[in-house]
Amino acid sequence: MIRTKRARRALTLLVCYGVIAGFVVFFLFPPYWMAITSFKTNQEIESLEGIPLIIQHGATLRHYRDLFAKTDFLLYFMNSVLVTVPVVFFSMVISVLAAYALSRLGFAGAGVIGTGVFLVYLVPDSLLFIPLFKIIGALGLLNSKWSLVLVYPTLIVPFCTWLLIGYFASIPKELDEAALVDGAGHLQMLVLIFLPVAVPGLIAATIFAFTVSWSGFLYPLAFIFSSGEQVLTTGTVTSLIKGDVYHWGGLMAGALLASLPPVLLYVFLMDYYISGLTAGSTKG
Amino acid sequence: MCLPLVALIGGLVAYPFFYSIYLSMLNKRETAFIGLDNFRFLMTRDVFWQVVQTSFVFTGLAVFWKAVLGFTLALVIHTVPTGGQRIWRGLSLIPWVMPLALSSLGWWWIYEPTHSALNWLLVLIGISPKPWLSDPYWAKVAVILVNVWYGTPFFMITYLAGLKSIPAELFESSAIDGASGLQRLRHITLPMLKSIIAITMLFSTIVTLATFDIVRVLTRGGPRQSTHMFGTYAFELGIASGDVPLGAAVSLFMFPILAVSAFFILRGIRRSTV
Repeated sequence: MIRTKRARRALTLLVCYGVIAGFVVFFLFPPYWMAITSFKTNQEIESLEGIPLIIQHGATLRHYRDLFAKTDFLLYFMNSVLVTVPVVFFSMVISVLAAYALSRLGFAGAGVIGTGVFLVYLVPDSLLFIPLFKIIGALGLLNSKWSLVLVYPTLIVPFCTWLLIGYFASIPKELDEAALVDGAGHLQMLVLIFLPVAVPGLIAATIFAFTVSWSGFLYPLAFIFSSGEQVLTTGTVTSLIKGDVYHWGGLMAGALLASLPPVLLYVFLMDYYISGLTAGSTKG
Repeated sequence: MCLPLVALIGGLVAYPFFYSIYLSMLNKRETAFIGLDNFRFLMTRDVFWQVVQTSFVFTGLAVFWKAVLGFTLALVIHTVPTGGQRIWRGLSLIPWVMPLALSSLGWWWIYEPTHSALNWLLVLIGISPKPWLSDPYWAKVAVILVNVWYGTPFFMITYLAGLKSIPAELFESSAIDGASGLQRLRHITLPMLKSIIAITMLFSTIVTLATFDIVRVLTRGGPRQSTHMFGTYAFELGIASGDVPLGAAVSLFMFPILAVSAFFILRGIRRSTV
């Protein structure tokens, strides 16, 4: 009886690992194929012989060198940084203030705003990019990367506010009553009591803000036309593709390097990332 | 302290939404008010109905497969010893973390018919190569496959969180009662996860219907407009061809579906927390 039970458990595990392996291969194949291509010589990419899944005729860094020397990749990178830093900063400030107010101040209409914030979180970028295109134009920000600093927070703040409300709500009310008795103002209380407790939430929210801002594609594609203002996503997709012959090696090198910052952030802060992702389903 | 939030949402979400309704009722040069003529015009166009069909087929199939595959993966990860779960969960999330426009670029290369990997692999296992992005049928398969690749990790992670929230005693007592794995799945796991499964699928319906990056990078709506969805078609009309009102009208067709999904998500969340 025990033996069959153990055998059955071993069989179950074998099947499970097999299924997991299949999924992992499916998930990691695209980045693997991008990486392999980016290190191949052009002759090998164009060759129809041998096994394409491995590098057979020596790896080269040429595509990466060309990316920096012959294209505007570094400029796009700088633009992405210049957009993402203020977007993350402003989004976090707005979210923290709003989450504090909504979780504590208990004013009339807090519930309505809370529900509203959640509904706005569900609004996708492809619903509003056309009116925003007109609004950005009226503000004179068309064809400027700063237009993104204005619009990206709308995609970030609702989720971050909602996430932080969850963290702030878990802080016992007695704590702020004591602080108020001691004469602390709301701002002091927020900085000295709430923020330290909510550090995991703040990290998760920051990662979210960074990822959304870094990965955004539709808004820059719609609002920005000239190469000098392009961010990494649109710059890589539109400007690195030149002529009728696709330079697959260079294109893959660019796409991979541009993807690296959010992936690295994820690798180092995986647990915060996942707690942010699952906040919706587990915390309600 | 809510003021910045209210200003942001009011100025850059609520106002654009109503402005969009107004825009959709103007003529192409935005000089005259023409009521619902843009919507009427769209309804007479075959291309528009093609867009509607693709959007629904894409969303339906993609959400279904993401839910099935995400659930399967969550279940098998939940079954293996806890120590290894972290690494499998971590590796599985990579597609979700990469910027979608850039990974779509990688897929674009994968689908290249002569020099790339996918057709080479198909030939290797004895299947004839496919004209991935140049044939309307295979192009649809291709864009859906990328969406499933991108979205399955999200389903896996929410379902896994749900699985972990089911008290272990439930399974132990049912095991003592002699319930088989399949019986436990049907009578304990699925009922316990009902609301998480539903909320995740509704949420994904919204995000999937709003797909832009994948289609724009892989096919630009082609071949012969067969892969256009609401977002990419609105972009084509409103930004690329300069008919802003008509583009706004196309986007607004998404709204009823978004609103209905949002309503049920909100209701589901209220129910599961009360």
